[in-house]
Amino acid sequence: MKQLAQLFYSFFKIGAFTIGGGYAMIPLMEKELVDRRQWIDKEDFMDTMAVAQAMPGIFAVNMATQIGQRLRGLRGAIVAVLGNILVPILIIIGLAIFFHQLRGNAVVEAIFKGIRPAVVALIAVPVFTLAKTAKISWRNCWIPIVAALLIYLLGVSPTWIVLAAIAGGMLYGYLKNRKEGAL
Amino acid sequence: MIFWKLFYTFVKIGIFTFGGGYAMIALIQNEVVEKNGWMTTQEFTDIVATSQITPGPVGINTATYTGYTAVVNAGYSPTLGVAGAFLASFSVILLPFILMLIVSRLLHKHKDNPIVAATLSVLRLAVVGLIAAAALLLLTAENFGTPGTQTFQFVCSCILFAAVFIASWKYKISPILLILICGVVGVVIY
Repeated sequence: MKQLAQLFYSFFKIGAFTIGGGYAMIPLMEKELVDRRQWIDKEDFMDTMAVAQAMPGIFAVNMATQIGQRLRGLRGAIVAVLGNILVPILIIIGLAIFFHQLRGNAVVEAIFKGIRPAVVALIAVPVFTLAKTAKISWRNCWIPIVAALLIYLLGVSPTWIVLAAIAGGMLYGYLKNRKEGAL
Repeated sequence: MIFWKLFYTFVKIGIFTFGGGYAMIALIQNEVVEKNGWMTTQEFTDIVATSQITPGPVGINTATYTGYTAVVNAGYSPTLGVAGAFLASFSVILLPFILMLIVSRLLHKHKDNPIVAATLSVLRLAVVGLIAAAALLLLTAENFGTPGTQTFQFVCSCILFAAVFIASWKYKISPILLILICGVVGVVIY
């Protein structure tokens, strides 16, 4: 029971005090889970991150699910996830109600007019930073380019792009594996 | 029935999100703006902005806010909007949560398997394209103003876009700070 409460509190802190999304939570998670509570060691933490990134879903929630499960099974997972998202959800709902009432207000409209181009720029930046992480090269840069153009110009749903990437990646891995096995 | 559609849409968004919140923005935008027409591009951009400057995972914040807006825009009361907000967040984590419980151990063992590794490498590349498409689709007159009729807003928007891009990419200045600054700039110039 005590550990469940600790799990909730730790993930509550991680969720409520980081702004800017899942990856911004990494340093705080490490400090809280590895250094402070010592629930997992550093290497385990890295592996947990790799799995959370590899699987579909929201990174922070995936981290909470795994750590919670490892410590306390299903109940631990639920408690950790709830701790992580409850406060942010309540804050957002409050803001949503507030902004809907202010719709059409000249000051709010001016604020968002200034912010909108910034948001687009902030989405454009990870395209370039993640390209590095994805080990982009002249040989494979056609993959993101074709994916972006299919969505942008032809209106293809991103869902199909993800499915095609999974299928293509499996085929590529299979062929590469067979070739290396033959040598 | 909007609630059923909301549930189904966000379950789908959750399971097809690889590579974090920004990839999810591309999926949410495609579903709620293009396919279902629950809100305008402008409204969606404002939601993304708010989600980035409030605490919590961006994916959860965007889903919550989108759920609320979709229901209220469909003509329901704010109370039902709150129900929509909870429903969207719940739906978006439902399948990944179950999958995570099952696969966490399996994948842990097999992540060095060549086929798994190759699949992940291609997926990462596709995600880069996904995010690029999201940015391209938001480069609209709604968000930037129309050259000719709203020339002043258009020019200001382009300058803000370039400044934020460089500040974030080259100087790693926090997105929260950049959004707040642009909000202030907006009040001053418009």
